[in-house]
Amino acid sequence: MTFNIYDFTELTRSIDDGLKAVMSPGWALFTELVLIGLVFLILYALIGLFLVYAERKVCAFIQNRLGPNRVGPVGIFQTIADLIKLLMKELIPIKNADKLLFNIAPFIVIIASFMAIAAIPFAKGLHAIDFNIGIFYVIAVSSLGVVGILLAGWSSNSKYSLIGAMRSGAQVISYELSVGLSLLTIVVFAGTMQLSGIIESQANGWWIFKGHIPAMVAFVVFLIASTAETNRGPFDLAEAESELTAGFHTEYSGIKFAFFFLAEFMNMFIVASMAVTIFLGGWMPLHFGTGNLFNHIMDFIPPLVWFFGKTFVVIYIMMWFKWTFPRLRIDQLLTLEWKYLLPINLFNILFVAFLTLMGWHF
Amino acid sequence: MKAVIDYLKDIFFGLKTLVTGMRVTGRYFISPGEIITQKYPENRDQLKMFDRYKGEVIMPHDGNNQHHCTGCGICQINCPNGSIEIVTRKEMSPEGKEIRVIDKHIYHLDMCTFCALCVKTCPSNALAFGHDFENAVFDKAKLTKILNKPGSSLKKEVK
Amino acid sequence: MQEEIIKNIILGEEEDYLINVGPQHPSTHGVLRFEVSLQGETIKKVVPHCGYIHRGIEKMCERDTYPQIIHLTDRMDYLSAHMNNEAVCLCVEKAMEVEVPERVTHVRTMLDELTRIASHQLWWCAMGMDMGALTTFFYGLRDREHILDIFEESFGTRLIQSVNTPGGLMQDIHPGFQKRVKEFISYFRKKLPEYDQLLTDNVIFRERSEGIAPLSREDAIQYGVTGPSGRASGFSCDVRKSEPYGIYKKLNFKEILRTEGDTLARYKVRIGEMYESMNILEQLVDNIPEGDYTAKMKAVLRLPVGEFFQRVETSRGELGVYIVSDGNKTPYRVKFRAPNFSNLFVISKLAPGYKIADLIAISGSLDLVIPDIDR
Repeated sequence: MTFNIYDFTELTRSIDDGLKAVMSPGWALFTELVLIGLVFLILYALIGLFLVYAERKVCAFIQNRLGPNRVGPVGIFQTIADLIKLLMKELIPIKNADKLLFNIAPFIVIIASFMAIAAIPFAKGLHAIDFNIGIFYVIAVSSLGVVGILLAGWSSNSKYSLIGAMRSGAQVISYELSVGLSLLTIVVFAGTMQLSGIIESQANGWWIFKGHIPAMVAFVVFLIASTAETNRGPFDLAEAESELTAGFHTEYSGIKFAFFFLAEFMNMFIVASMAVTIFLGGWMPLHFGTGNLFNHIMDFIPPLVWFFGKTFVVIYIMMWFKWTFPRLRIDQLLTLEWKYLLPINLFNILFVAFLTLMGWHF
Repeated sequence: MKAVIDYLKDIFFGLKTLVTGMRVTGRYFISPGEIITQKYPENRDQLKMFDRYKGEVIMPHDGNNQHHCTGCGICQINCPNGSIEIVTRKEMSPEGKEIRVIDKHIYHLDMCTFCALCVKTCPSNALAFGHDFENAVFDKAKLTKILNKPGSSLKKEVK
Repeated sequence: MQEEIIKNIILGEEEDYLINVGPQHPSTHGVLRFEVSLQGETIKKVVPHCGYIHRGIEKMCERDTYPQIIHLTDRMDYLSAHMNNEAVCLCVEKAMEVEVPERVTHVRTMLDELTRIASHQLWWCAMGMDMGALTTFFYGLRDREHILDIFEESFGTRLIQSVNTPGGLMQDIHPGFQKRVKEFISYFRKKLPEYDQLLTDNVIFRERSEGIAPLSREDAIQYGVTGPSGRASGFSCDVRKSEPYGIYKKLNFKEILRTEGDTLARYKVRIGEMYESMNILEQLVDNIPEGDYTAKMKAVLRLPVGEFFQRVETSRGELGVYIVSDGNKTPYRVKFRAPNFSNLFVISKLAPGYKIADLIAISGSLDLVIPDIDR
């Protein structure tokens, strides 16, 4: 069993072979599923805790504050303390709420984001499932979360929650289109829907660089649309705290609220990693030209660092959005999608198809 | 055609204003010198209140445990919230006259609105504002203070 | 008959979607309650309910002597505490025919304008937050801190100064007052353009405020909307211009007027007033006359029998103080014409037809301070 930090194919195959040697193929598959599930659970918790901390620090620095600085050095353990607090808080039962749906909703939200993470390639060979329709799968799964939000709003038996949930429904259904279409532009370029295939196609340059202006446009559209799809500011109409107090999760408390909170941050991570995978070359290092010293140094940095580094840059941009802009109104939100993003996207995809047909890209 | 140009113009001007806003917040993000947070309990030693800061009403005493309060009760009359109560007692002076002496100058900090009428109207300048502001307590009764220290007496010069 | 009345009180029809914005709601900035009847997201009807923080200040004033009233008026519109105090003081001084020293009127005017800037800064924070831009809150408060430091250095308190007293000031300004004011002006002249970059020019903010809930000049007069909200509708209602008190008639300043009357106009009038207040401060800061900080007053103030009225421009509009005296040391009756009370009720005229998010933006642009509504 060889451990190569630049290529995990060997490692994963040797684990698979080892398991198959000691048990039947069915049990081996089951053990692998359990192992991957555990790894993802831990990753999920770690990334969630880190992102909450990062968001609080980023917004603090933007607002001329220090942010969390009491628990641990520079406040690193603040989110862990918060998690413990949320775990110990009382789950307030709501009178006249639809008990079953009310309890199920947070799980649906969190499961949806959990499913999407499976398709993301973290490094070469470090992939839970490599679908040949990877993009399609991610788009489909990531929009499942809205079902949970709708259920939460409906079952809370609160008028504020219901308005929040309905807003969220309208929002996700519209922005789903833009997310899909902006990803499709790159699919047209790359000629594959397989995420690992798209990354391979960027070995000689990221799509945002070699895709001319259409790729830039698609990237901007994807950033805007995916920020909206994750219900983050300036598109946080579903929880708009100045209008709807907390929107769909007004009535939730304790760990159930924490699930919604965590799911929001994980969705942000998933969306950012999709942007990285498709536009910014995934775990591929940054290259200029061919065979110079700069490229060698870049190659030396492991792909995992590249992947997480790029993802956090994209996440930082999304946080930057949230802490700068005022919130949109519901009709303006839909106007932005149907009158601006969607037409731009359609023209863009036509243009890209034309470019690809004529072979005018790198 | 004009409509299309206007449409594109809208988008570019919109994006430009967004970028302008992001430049402001982005600049603050990378300038840690602008951070204004004060780490309060840690910076107690450096924390200096302004001279005229109104933290609470106090009665200054000198080294001989003497104060200026004659117990005339003007502060009690002037206080709009009834946060001052004056308890006096009669004492025989060395000359054999019966004089009024302050027994307890009771000050309810929890009712005080810091209008400064007591300090301003005191005829013998017996009251002043202290700088102590850490007045959070669990028991409200602790906010009722007796301003004259035990065993204190009236300064000779004040009459 | 009774059923008829009840039917009128309960809003709308049975199938309407009623929500209560308040009494505890993050964007009512206090304990105010809007009963909103919705159709989808669109507002059909808004009924404001006030009285949740009624403390009976007018009645309490009848109990207190004139110097004691001051600390109560602080607590009406706490963001323009100084102007409220000044209104009472001017009314009492007018009744007693006291001539206050030049230094007092000069310093009072400076404090007025400092309070106005501080109040508008806090309004800007809250307006941004109502719109969902959370960062504005910290930038506004950061700049307001400088003004509060000026107050604290001179008078020992930050938000509510209680520094006015009939006949003058409680205590003189600190020797460092002028230096600090100059420092603040040069600092804030640099920071104020950032407000525009961050919020005013932002395309999202523009979309959400331009053309939203326009108030015509006639309606503004009819509802008695004064202050920046009234001036945004072209209603020239600045008491500083129309009935100058203090030192205002000697000063050179503009009354910011706009004609659109929408949310953006109300916003821009306030931003303009911050610039204008800084101009006024610059005219005043270098020539504060020497002299006493208070006129000679009797120990117990008694107003002559009669009725007295004084108007003052606070940061939210026109404050009227009406005192009826029967010659005692306490007033017989005190009535405050609070600006926020009139400004609030125009919302039931403005909001219908717009979205819930607009309701929050409108109430933010009217700049309501709830304790002033209820008193």
